[in-house]
Amino acid sequence: MNPAVRRWVFLAGAAGLAAFYLWGLTGLPGFGNYPGPYGDIINRIAVAQTNATGVVSAVNFEYRAFDTLGEEFILFAAAVGVSVVLRRLRGERERPARDESMDRNLAPTSDAVRMVSLVLVGPTLVMGWYLASHAQTSPSGGFQGGVVLATAFILVFLAGEFLIFERISPLAAIDAAEAAGAGGFAAIGVSAVAMGLPYLTNFLPLGSRPGAVSSSGTIALISFSSASKSPPPSS
Amino acid sequence: MGVFPFIVVAWILTVGLYGIVTSRHLVHQIVCLIVVQSSTYVLLLGVGYRRGAAAPYFSDVSVHTPAVDPVVQALALTDVVVEAAVTALLLAFAVQAHKRFGTLDPQELVQFKG
Repeated sequence: MNPAVRRWVFLAGAAGLAAFYLWGLTGLPGFGNYPGPYGDIINRIAVAQTNATGVVSAVNFEYRAFDTLGEEFILFAAAVGVSVVLRRLRGERERPARDESMDRNLAPTSDAVRMVSLVLVGPTLVMGWYLASHAQTSPSGGFQGGVVLATAFILVFLAGEFLIFERISPLAAIDAAEAAGAGGFAAIGVSAVAMGLPYLTNFLPLGSRPGAVSSSGTIALISFSSASKSPPPSS
Repeated sequence: MGVFPFIVVAWILTVGLYGIVTSRHLVHQIVCLIVVQSSTYVLLLGVGYRRGAAAPYFSDVSVHTPAVDPVVQALALTDVVVEAAVTALLLAFAVQAHKRFGTLDPQELVQFKG
């Protein structure tokens, strides 16, 4: 099928899709008129039931924790899949890195980039830790904190300190952190079963008052384990 | 204003699909797939929005404040993570395709029967 025919087939398909989509749009209640009921029910009972004021994280790690567990394993499977697809096959040999054009003068990393990157590593780490530990109180969460934590490592790479980057992110430690994150999530669920409760029940004490960092039981723990799971796929 | 965000969703979806269909480079195709998945975020968040309501975080407002739907926001979170995983795997496949066939043009790759 040559490109022109493909384009016309696509336009015909897009026209059909647009017709069905507009037909479906007429049945919607319109933007801004959310009719409920699930969002309203969760908003009403989440804070009382879990002592977590961050309702989105409560939904992610408590009411729908099983979906989040599946999502963790999607991440894990993607990391394993990439390492399998890019493995060294039998007929291939890994060639040591050769400088292909030695007469090319590379501009050294500018001092401004190096300084700003290294200065930002500390605040990025603090920010990532804050995001990971405050899932239950304010807009944040395990995944977001994990991504920001991974950015701290990448900032070191950006500053041109490749040797330090290799030393602070050894493959073995990254694999261990990723496995600990995924396994920790599943283990928290299993320990609920060991106490005779359904899988992934929130069995830890719920904390003194809503909005405290140490509130909401297993939500904080699960958020930590997903935070330790997110940096490895990024790096 | 009642359906404008949903028109935006349809536009983003169509533009991404057009990019996938007429692409001449695998990496460009993968980025177009990311664009298509972004349209689903807009759709999810648009469905759950309530005009004049606050974010569903009650650390500084009373519990009885009207808030938007938190369930679709959690679904959008999952969606982003799934997109990252799929993109990583697809890029690994692109690397392997270049290694085996020497080309990254999907319209030339069609001829190879593996």
